[in-house]
Amino acid sequence: MPSKTKENNNYTKNRKNVQEMMSKTSNRKIYVNNLVTILCICCIIIAIIPLGSILFEVFKNGSSAISFEFLTQKPGSIGSGKGGIGPAIQGTLIVVSAASLIAVPVGVFAGIYLSEYAKSNNKFAFAVRFFADVLTGLPSIIVGIVSYVIIVISIGSFSVIAGAFSLSLIMIPLVTRITEESLKMVPDPIREAAHSLGVPKWKITIFIVLKTATSGVLTGIVLSIARIAGETAPLIMTILGTSLYFSSFTGPVDALPLRIWRLASLPYESAHASGWGAAMILILLILGLSVGLRVLARKQNIATSKDT
Amino acid sequence: MTKYKDNQSLIPLTKFSKFDPIFKSIIIGAAAYTLVMLALILFAVGEGSKEIFQDEGLNFLTSTDWNAVPGRESFGALPYIIGTLVSSGIAMAIGVPISLGIAIFLSEIAGSKLKTSLSFIIELLAAVPSIIYGFWALFVFRFWIMDFVEKPLHNFFGGSLPFFAKTPFGIDVFTAGIVLAIMIIPIISSITRELLLVVPNSQREAAYSLGATRWEAIKIAVLPYAKSGILGASIIGLGRAIGETMLVTLIIGNATGLNAIPTSLFSQSQTLSSLIANEFNEAASELHLSALIGLGAVLLLLTMLINVIARLLVYKMVKTSNPGGRI
Repeated sequence: MPSKTKENNNYTKNRKNVQEMMSKTSNRKIYVNNLVTILCICCIIIAIIPLGSILFEVFKNGSSAISFEFLTQKPGSIGSGKGGIGPAIQGTLIVVSAASLIAVPVGVFAGIYLSEYAKSNNKFAFAVRFFADVLTGLPSIIVGIVSYVIIVISIGSFSVIAGAFSLSLIMIPLVTRITEESLKMVPDPIREAAHSLGVPKWKITIFIVLKTATSGVLTGIVLSIARIAGETAPLIMTILGTSLYFSSFTGPVDALPLRIWRLASLPYESAHASGWGAAMILILLILGLSVGLRVLARKQNIATSKDT
Repeated sequence: MTKYKDNQSLIPLTKFSKFDPIFKSIIIGAAAYTLVMLALILFAVGEGSKEIFQDEGLNFLTSTDWNAVPGRESFGALPYIIGTLVSSGIAMAIGVPISLGIAIFLSEIAGSKLKTSLSFIIELLAAVPSIIYGFWALFVFRFWIMDFVEKPLHNFFGGSLPFFAKTPFGIDVFTAGIVLAIMIIPIISSITRELLLVVPNSQREAAYSLGATRWEAIKIAVLPYAKSGILGASIIGLGRAIGETMLVTLIIGNATGLNAIPTSLFSQSQTLSSLIANEFNEAASELHLSALIGLGAVLLLLTMLINVIARLLVYKMVKTSNPGGRI
């Protein structure tokens, strides 16, 4: 709450502004208004150009690189232009699934706590919520350093486990907050009805509240999977990247973003062409997840709005 | 009654289940894990950078050498701190006004159909991984910037203004700043848009009733109300720009030592995170590795500070829920 005098000051200042504004000629007002609208439209266009160009270039350059061999084979010798990105696709799938296996239960349970169990003035809950938000803004390279120091050094080798742990650190706060927000959308009468029937709280939470909010929670999980699938920085210091297929959970693997980075740093045209191919696969994976989800959600929305 | 048969299986004889306290402790444990993660992060970064801070002390923050040759090691973080601040500064200068324009258009001007499809496009932009931004910037965008922006600026002002003095080459702190701006625009604009939607309609109606045009209503009634939230959203974007790694690594030129301090907009530079990514796997010694983690410690403190401030500002505006949490 601002103090009374400050409010008064603001009030008189605002009133002056408004009076000045109203006394100006109306033609100019309309002119300025239109100008601002045009400026805003320009901002939108400026933001859309890069997206259009990225999609255009990735699909134009990527589609010529893609073939069955490219998707399944190991990378050839450097600069030869032969071979493919098979291990990278496999590695991305393995590391991202392992990270989700850690992050989804922890994140969903933490979200349940924040929404269903924590009282509104609970300091612990405030700290969890606040630091989950702060952690979502943490640079991903820090997360890589953390799992390097904690896991890679203690195991003694770059490993899938370290990669999955680092990605889970990025994913948990996202899933926590999205679960909390989705559960809060569930109307209270549903909980009250269940309580009045004498259902224990944990059953209400899981079988009624969480079930009602399933689509919201799932959306959140899929979006955060899409987010971690594109992370590169933490993988540099955890899974390292290799040109071989997966061998063990304590050994290095490859991943698509990492492969794109290595290919971009090579001075050969053929490597860049493979890079575009890998970028296309990555973007198809990520946009496929988020676009597919939205299409599904829209269909569901239409279906439910027809019901009611 | 048969209709409710399924529900009856949920109902126990008593209201209290033995599993309730167990369940509660599981979810409290999960929630506490967030705080454990924070502790782990602080511990690991502190532990990893201990050696360099013991060796160089606070000199690490102020010196400009970067020499990993065994026997003559000397590490200083100052050039990369400057590089980080300059590239994110450029990103903010370009990104914040554009994001604000987008948010205003989406929440105040666009009709509902246009709004959904444009919001969808902005969300797609946010979903594109930064490595792909970097790859595209390295092979496509930098030539646009070099030919259409940097060369004209250099030709016109190169002689008189030191900002534009260096011969442009496309891979420099200016390009990095612009691509960072492209990357943070969807983040800032989607948070700002949600904040503008929180502004009560009575604010707008009051302005309109005084005869304000739409822009005047936005200026006197909407933006002042959302001021702290918008500041918070911009700072969240700043945090992203400061921590971004892959995109910067590909297009900032990766200079080290004194060369990494940008003297003009078109000089090569280096940020904290890009240097870590470049040298981490080739670290020549324990001390070199520790120095890289030390850069991480500086980055961690910087982004933690920024994010704490930003979140408090956004919380102030949206007391109960936080739209920024979804990003």
